[in-house]
Amino acid sequence: MRKDLLAISDLSRDEITLILDTTDAMREIGERPIKKVPTLRGKTVVNLFYEPSTRTRTSFEIAEKRLSADTLNIAVSTSSVQKGETLADTAMNIEAMAPDMIVLRHPSSGACHMLARLCRSRIINAGDGMHEHPTQALLDAYTIREHKGRIAGLKIAIVGDLLHSRVLRSNVLLLTKQGAEVWACGPRTLVPPGLDRCGVKVSTSVDEAVEGADVIMMLRIQQERMQGAFFPSVREYFNTFGLTAARAARARPDVIIMHPGPMNRGVEIASDVADGPYSVILDQVANGVAVRMAVLYLLAGGADAD
Amino acid sequence: MGVVMDADRMGRTLMRIAHEILERNRGVEELGLVGIRTRGVPIARRLAHAIAGINRHDVPTGALDITLYRDDLMRHAVGPQPVVRKTEIPFSIDDKKILLVDDVLYTGRTIRAALDALIDFGRPKSIQLVVLIDRGHRELPIKADYVGKNLPTSLSQSVQVHLMEIDGRDEVEIQE
Repeated sequence: MRKDLLAISDLSRDEITLILDTTDAMREIGERPIKKVPTLRGKTVVNLFYEPSTRTRTSFEIAEKRLSADTLNIAVSTSSVQKGETLADTAMNIEAMAPDMIVLRHPSSGACHMLARLCRSRIINAGDGMHEHPTQALLDAYTIREHKGRIAGLKIAIVGDLLHSRVLRSNVLLLTKQGAEVWACGPRTLVPPGLDRCGVKVSTSVDEAVEGADVIMMLRIQQERMQGAFFPSVREYFNTFGLTAARAARARPDVIIMHPGPMNRGVEIASDVADGPYSVILDQVANGVAVRMAVLYLLAGGADAD
Repeated sequence: MGVVMDADRMGRTLMRIAHEILERNRGVEELGLVGIRTRGVPIARRLAHAIAGINRHDVPTGALDITLYRDDLMRHAVGPQPVVRKTEIPFSIDDKKILLVDDVLYTGRTIRAALDALIDFGRPKSIQLVVLIDRGHRELPIKADYVGKNLPTSLSQSVQVHLMEIDGRDEVEIQE
């Protein structure tokens, strides 16, 4: 593998398949009585989080611990960043303590790329601004493959706040690379310009997007990133774009319903759908640990001479 | 390059080992076979089949991947990581007499890793080692309990075990 995992756009179809296949083996470790292997013994991994996160940070930390790495978490609310230190300075100071990998989440797109140029440590992108969230897309792909046995040829509808979503970008890149038919649906104000040129069918009708779908992936309305009025009210958003049981019924009878979390019940998804029999939302969380173990393991080796 | 074991010889060797296992363990109820990936797995299955043929008893059989326990991971700056495959041991190894199976015994490092991996699954009553070929040159204090064939080799030679299930033929050969 390469030195860093910054974006799905860097990965080839074969690299993605290798990560998903390795995830299969990693998942078995989580089912053992002793959920730990000695693989990353003596390696130090720093989880540097500039944005709030429960799922992703916990998931990385469990993955690191299951591989026996020494982990430490830096949450920006308790760090020197509060005293005005720049990301580059913080990174160089962490780097001076010789960690092997840094897992970074940052509100600015491209922050991980900058760190990868500055640091000798391997950088894993845990979400950078509105750019990418590669491990989320990988765990989504793994979950789809687990339930459907394949990705190629499936109709996958992604519905919600497309504009602010790094999960959308990583998923579109990954799923189209693996040969899925991807539909993206949201209010016109939340469709990023040029999305239709990324091999995606764009629609503003949920009914059209989910018609005959194998997978429905709901995205969170990211109110913390919204400056301005993108839709009249949450209630109207739910009425027009929210996933209800009636809308989900237009999909294939064996549809799976996904959400990267955190969920806004009653905004993008109805509670009975989120908790219903088609929902694989908690499988996604469970698979997240195994996917991150696979990424940590594959990056820890020597980089390919490419 | 020379063939040192053909299909017929391999079949008889495994049958002999199956008999030795039964002779030494007096009863099969507590036995469990665990093959080390890749080629230890089909050998373990064949031993289970041979034991069933002699004794009408199915010995539970599993597959162990030792990649995550290797001592040479990340010692090289360049080169991809070895592919990790699934460990599948569909029975409890607690209080069982485990027969650990591999194709070739060489430095002993694979077996060291396999012992560590196995012990993460429970506390077997004992672990015995079965190998088709022992080619010498041990780097760790490890010895097999059942050996198909002792094969004196030099360090520059390589021993290739080919199995029907994986390679389409049963054969052991030495390559210079």
